Amino acid sequence: MPKEKTKEVLVEVIDLKQHFDIHMGFLKSKKLKAVDGISFKINKGETLGLVGESGCGKTTAGRSLLHLYTPTDGQIFFNGKQVVTKEELENFRQNASMVFQDPYSSLNPRMTVGDIIGEPLDVHKLYTTKEERKARINELMELVGLSSEHATRYAHEFSGGQRQRVGIARALAVSPQLIVCDEPVSALDVSIQAQVINMFEDLQKKLHLTYLFIAHDLLVVRHISDRIAVMYLGKIVETAESEELFNNPMHPYTRSLMSAVPSPDPKTARASKRIVLTGDVPSPLAIPSGCPFRTRCPQAFGRCSEEIPQLREVSPNHFASCHLLDDLQAK
Amino acid sequence: MSLLEVRDLRTSFFTHSGEVKAVDGISFNVEKGKVLGIVGESGSGKSVTAYSIMQILSYPGKIVSGSIKLNGVELVGADKNTLRDIRGRKISIIFQDPMTSLNPVFTIGNQLMEAIRLHTSRNKTEAFDRAVEMIKLVGINEPEKRMKQYPHELSGGMRQRIMIAMALACEPDILIADEPTTALDVTIQAQILELMQKLQKEMGMAIIMVTHDLGVIVTMCDEVVVMYAGKACEKGTVDEIFYDPKHEYTKGLLKSIPYGSKALGRLIPIDGSPVDMLNMPQGCAFAPRCSKAMKICLKEKCEEIVLNNSRTSACWLNIKEAIDKNEIQPVNEFVPEDDLSLADGGAR
Repeated sequence: MPKEKTKEVLVEVIDLKQHFDIHMGFLKSKKLKAVDGISFKINKGETLGLVGESGCGKTTAGRSLLHLYTPTDGQIFFNGKQVVTKEELENFRQNASMVFQDPYSSLNPRMTVGDIIGEPLDVHKLYTTKEERKARINELMELVGLSSEHATRYAHEFSGGQRQRVGIARALAVSPQLIVCDEPVSALDVSIQAQVINMFEDLQKKLHLTYLFIAHDLLVVRHISDRIAVMYLGKIVETAESEELFNNPMHPYTRSLMSAVPSPDPKTARASKRIVLTGDVPSPLAIPSGCPFRTRCPQAFGRCSEEIPQLREVSPNHFASCHLLDDLQAK
Repeated sequence: MSLLEVRDLRTSFFTHSGEVKAVDGISFNVEKGKVLGIVGESGSGKSVTAYSIMQILSYPGKIVSGSIKLNGVELVGADKNTLRDIRGRKISIIFQDPMTSLNPVFTIGNQLMEAIRLHTSRNKTEAFDRAVEMIKLVGINEPEKRMKQYPHELSGGMRQRIMIAMALACEPDILIADEPTTALDVTIQAQILELMQKLQKEMGMAIIMVTHDLGVIVTMCDEVVVMYAGKACEKGTVDEIFYDPKHEYTKGLLKSIPYGSKALGRLIPIDGSPVDMLNMPQGCAFAPRCSKAMKICLKEKCEEIVLNNSRTSACWLNIKEAIDKNEIQPVNEFVPEDDLSLADGGAR
C-alpha cells in the first residue's frame, strides 16, 4: 500500500484485563470478565477499528485504556512509557480523550456548549486569561464546523449531529494525540453520519490524530479504519489490515459477522450467501470453556471445548485465534 | 384491487408549539404476499405512517384526512368494533424495541395466549397448543418451558421472536414491522430477517417493513417508499430505487452510506440538518439541503410525478429533465423559465 505512515507505535496494550465483581447475594459474588486479556498496538496517525456485538467488551476495552475504569490487570504503554502514577495518568489524559456514543446524554444540559468545550481546559489549566480560554473555545468550535456564536447556547438547542460535534470539540480541547471514539456515529442518521465521518477523517489529517474507533457497524468501520480488531466475549479473535480482513476473513466468527451485514446494494446482496449463526451470545458471566465462540461456531470440533485458541499470525500482519487454522497451517 | 390502499394520508400531532405534520399526504399500495419497505431518517414520518394504518396513534396525534382501505373496507373513521376486528387478526405489528414491548409482569405464555384468545374462537387448551406451535415456528427451543418464563429471562433476539410469534399467531394478511431489528446485533438481525422471510413465504402474508437501514430494505423488500419530512419523495422497486434514483434526496442518501474501503475515498454527505417539522419550508422540504435546488423548489412543493406504473418521484428536476428532452411542453404559468435556473446557493 502506498501509504506514507510513520510506523511509530503510540499506544501499546499488553494483556489488558477488566473484570467486574457482580454481587449475587450475601457474600456471594461472581467475576464478570468484560475484557479478558487483550493486546494490541496502535501506530501514530492510524485508525484502529474495534468491532463486535453488544456485550463483547469493546466499550469496556476503550474505557479501561483511558483508565476510566482501573484495569484489573495488564499494561498500557503510551509513547513507550507505562502509565502508572497519578502524574503520569494526568499527563496521559491530556494526550488521550474520548468521544462518547450518545450525544444526547453525554453533554450536561445545564452547561452552555462553550463551557462544555472549555471544561477540559479548566481541568488541565490550559489557559492564563479568560480571553485566551474564549479564543480557544471559538477556535475549537470552528474546527468542528460549529458557529462560535453558538457558544452561549445549551445542548438541547442543537440537533444530534451538532451535539456530536460538540462532543468532538470537547475531546479536542486538550490537543490530544489519541482519541477513543466509542460508537460516535451510531446514534446519527445516515446523511448526518457521513458528515461526521468525513469530519473525523479531516481532523485526523489536520491534527495528526490517532483513533481507536469502536463501533458495531462494519460498513462504517471498514470505511474509516486502517486496521480492525474483532472482539468476541472479551477477547480479540482476529486482527488485520481492514481490506485484508474484509477480503480474507480467517476466523469463523469474523466470517459470519461479515456475511450477516445486509449489503445496501441489491446485486451484491443477491449474490452473497449468508452464514446465519444459531443461538445468542453467551452471557459473559458464564463464558464457555475453551474457545468462547464454540457454542455458536458451525465448524466447532472436540478440541475447541478443551483448549483456548491463542491469537497467532496466520499471514503477515494478520492474526487470528482458531484451532481450525492450526490444521490449515499443518497441511 | 390491492390488499391495502393508502391514499393521501395526513397525520398531524397537535402540540403546544403548533401542528406538526408528521405524515403529509402519502399514498401507496400493498399487494398480497409482497414486501413493501418504508425507508427514511428519524422524524421522516415512517413510524407514524405505520401507526396510522393500525390507528394506534397516541395523543396528540390524529389522522387529519386521507383513506386507508383494507380489501376495500375503509379504516379511517371506522368504529371501534371494526378496528378491533382488524387489529391483530388482519393486520399485526411488531415494534422496534423488544425490551419494552412485552409486559414484564406476565409470562410469555400468558401474553401469547391472550392475543390468540382475543382474536380467535379457540379455547384455553387450544390457545395453549397454538402458542406452543408458534414458539416452535419462530425457532425457539423448549417451547413448553418458555411459556412459563417471563420476558426478562429471554435475550433480545428471543424476545423479538416472541413478538413475531404473537403477531403471526392469528395469521394476519399484513404484518407491519417497525424497525424490527434496529435494537439487535447484526448476527441476531440476520437470524430475525431470515425468519421473517421464511414465514412470509410459508404464510403468504404481506409485510410493511419500516426501517432506516438500506441494507435491510435490500434484503427484504420488493418495493420501496422513500420518505422525507412526511412525504414520499420516491417510490419504486428495489432495483429502480438503488440503481436509478430519481429524487435528489434518494441520490444523496445512497451516496452517503459507506460501501467499501477507505481507498474508495470520502463519503459524500447531504449538507445541512434535517428539517424542523414545526417550521416547514414553503417549497420542497428537501430544497434547503439540495445541491441542485432551483428557484421553484423554494417556492412550491412538487407533487408526485408518475414515471411508470411502479414509480413515482416528487422532484421538480424530473419535470425539468422532461422539458429539456422536449418530452413535455412547458406551460408558462406552471413553470416559468426563470424558476428552472439554479437557486442562488439554495436557501443555505
